[in-house]
Amino acid sequence: MIDSKKIEHIAKLARLKIQPENVQQYSDQLSKVLNHFDQIAQIDTTGIEPLVTPTEIEIFHRDDFAEKQFDAENLLQNAPDRSGNLFKVPPVVG
Amino acid sequence: MNLIDLTFSEARQALIDKKISAVELTRFYLERIEKLNPQLNAFTAISKTALSEAATLDSKIASGQPVGALAGVGFGIKDMVCTKGLPSTAGSKMLQGFVPPYDATLVRKLKNADAIILGKLNQDEFAMGSSNETSYYGVCRNPWNPDYVPGGSSGGSASAQAARLTMGTIGTDTGGSIRQPANFCGIVGIKPTYGRVSRYGVIAYASSLDQAGPMVSTVADAALALETICGHDPLDSTSSSRPVDTFSKSLSSNIKGLKIGLLKEYQKDSTDPDVQKVFDKSVAELKKLGAEFVEISVPLVEYAVPMYYLISASEASSNLARYDGVKYGYRAEFKDLSALNLEDFYAETRGQGFGAEVQRRIMLGTYCLSSGYYDAYYNKACQVRRLLLQQYQNIFQKCDVILSPVTTTPAFKIGEKSADPLKMYLNDIFTTSTNLAGLGGMSVPFGFSTNGLPIGIQLTCNHFQEQKILNVAYALEQISETKGKTPHVF
Repeated sequence: MIDSKKIEHIAKLARLKIQPENVQQYSDQLSKVLNHFDQIAQIDTTGIEPLVTPTEIEIFHRDDFAEKQFDAENLLQNAPDRSGNLFKVPPVVG
Repeated sequence: MNLIDLTFSEARQALIDKKISAVELTRFYLERIEKLNPQLNAFTAISKTALSEAATLDSKIASGQPVGALAGVGFGIKDMVCTKGLPSTAGSKMLQGFVPPYDATLVRKLKNADAIILGKLNQDEFAMGSSNETSYYGVCRNPWNPDYVPGGSSGGSASAQAARLTMGTIGTDTGGSIRQPANFCGIVGIKPTYGRVSRYGVIAYASSLDQAGPMVSTVADAALALETICGHDPLDSTSSSRPVDTFSKSLSSNIKGLKIGLLKEYQKDSTDPDVQKVFDKSVAELKKLGAEFVEISVPLVEYAVPMYYLISASEASSNLARYDGVKYGYRAEFKDLSALNLEDFYAETRGQGFGAEVQRRIMLGTYCLSSGYYDAYYNKACQVRRLLLQQYQNIFQKCDVILSPVTTTPAFKIGEKSADPLKMYLNDIFTTSTNLAGLGGMSVPFGFSTNGLPIGIQLTCNHFQEQKILNVAYALEQISETKGKTPHVF
């Protein structure tokens, strides 16, 4: 049901590099799980709105003014690579 | 004074009465962690500032200032809950060494109540697992028998608390990850109603299902910890504005006339005879205490496991898209930069940083949300979710709480189920429907299996009715076979 080609496509969508030797195993495991999901299809849901938030949704507003929460330095602390106040990445653009 | 058996209120009182100092109490627990954690691997990080925070608390007490409800209480925090200055890795290589610049709201509330944070606790990677076996930081062991799993995903919390390396812990529960490990390790765990506890600072797995909650040794402590961490938070748009009940003040074991529902769909031949025996005993004892039992039916619970895995994997695939190696977290190393493009940068980083179970679920979720499949999978599951909630709201007109086992078996051996993902998922048969419907749920220890592993009882309540399950748990606790028993690693 979910063959190797499909796994490669999904991995591409999810930006996940899957090692070629693992593709078949993922295909087997995911197919098994998706088969298990298929039983949901038989439930009659005509006219039913999907539910995402299970409790009451409340709308909260706040005043529209900017609040300072963090210094740039705090936020750069975990950067894999930085240059001054900038996050540094390898040349991947253009 | 026996420091191990102190409840939260007793500890606070002992500090105020100057029978013990916060430093002595904290040092006692840090020493236990040092001595016993190597056998359990429950902690992933230990606070270097706990003793100085305790000293600050002692000065506060000495100067006569009022202290919070959790004064001096040493807490371990599940690793995916952000703690300023302490690593928060969510059990993953992807966040190895990540130190948040802020506290989760619930951690801030614990600190405001004068609790002491002792360290961070091991867990399944990104909360995806039921045994703590998917952690990048190694398996965690069940203190009752170290060859067995503590459960998951809050395995470290349950293990640490059962072995009393902590006075209290915090876990998170998306499909059972507080209740199941609490059950396997013989402690009290509570998953609040969705929206009770702010998710700000709780690293997201499935946003419509996640809730953090206390995993502690007594129901009274659970009540006190719960009321401390509950409450509306402007930083979490799903957090409820309902006022927080003082659960601890209304705690009562008088459950005469309370209606307890037994789910028809949970009478399973596959339930282990030891689990069934302990469950049947809880029913008999609760009847003696005057509770009335009602048989109820929620037919859609039969689909709870596939619904849960479909919905949570979908939400997780979206939530985990942020881990890209750019601003924080793991970044793959690239030798040849000349051919590198953005897609490969992301794919290599994520392929290396995430473990197999996380990758599986991201792919499952991506598939279920993808064009051509969204309606049949994710949207369909959300429609069924509404029907499930309607079924629950109907039966809560006939009963106050639902009583059930937590799992079909006691803890299993490390390695026993990890080869087959679907087999592991089916462990969650009794717990996932609670999260889908946003209900409150608890596990309270009540007995043991023939080979000495704890078995708990699960209580489920309607939205915002936690007092009811706390009270039934309180009643069960008084007559529990587990009272006064300590695990092998202690």
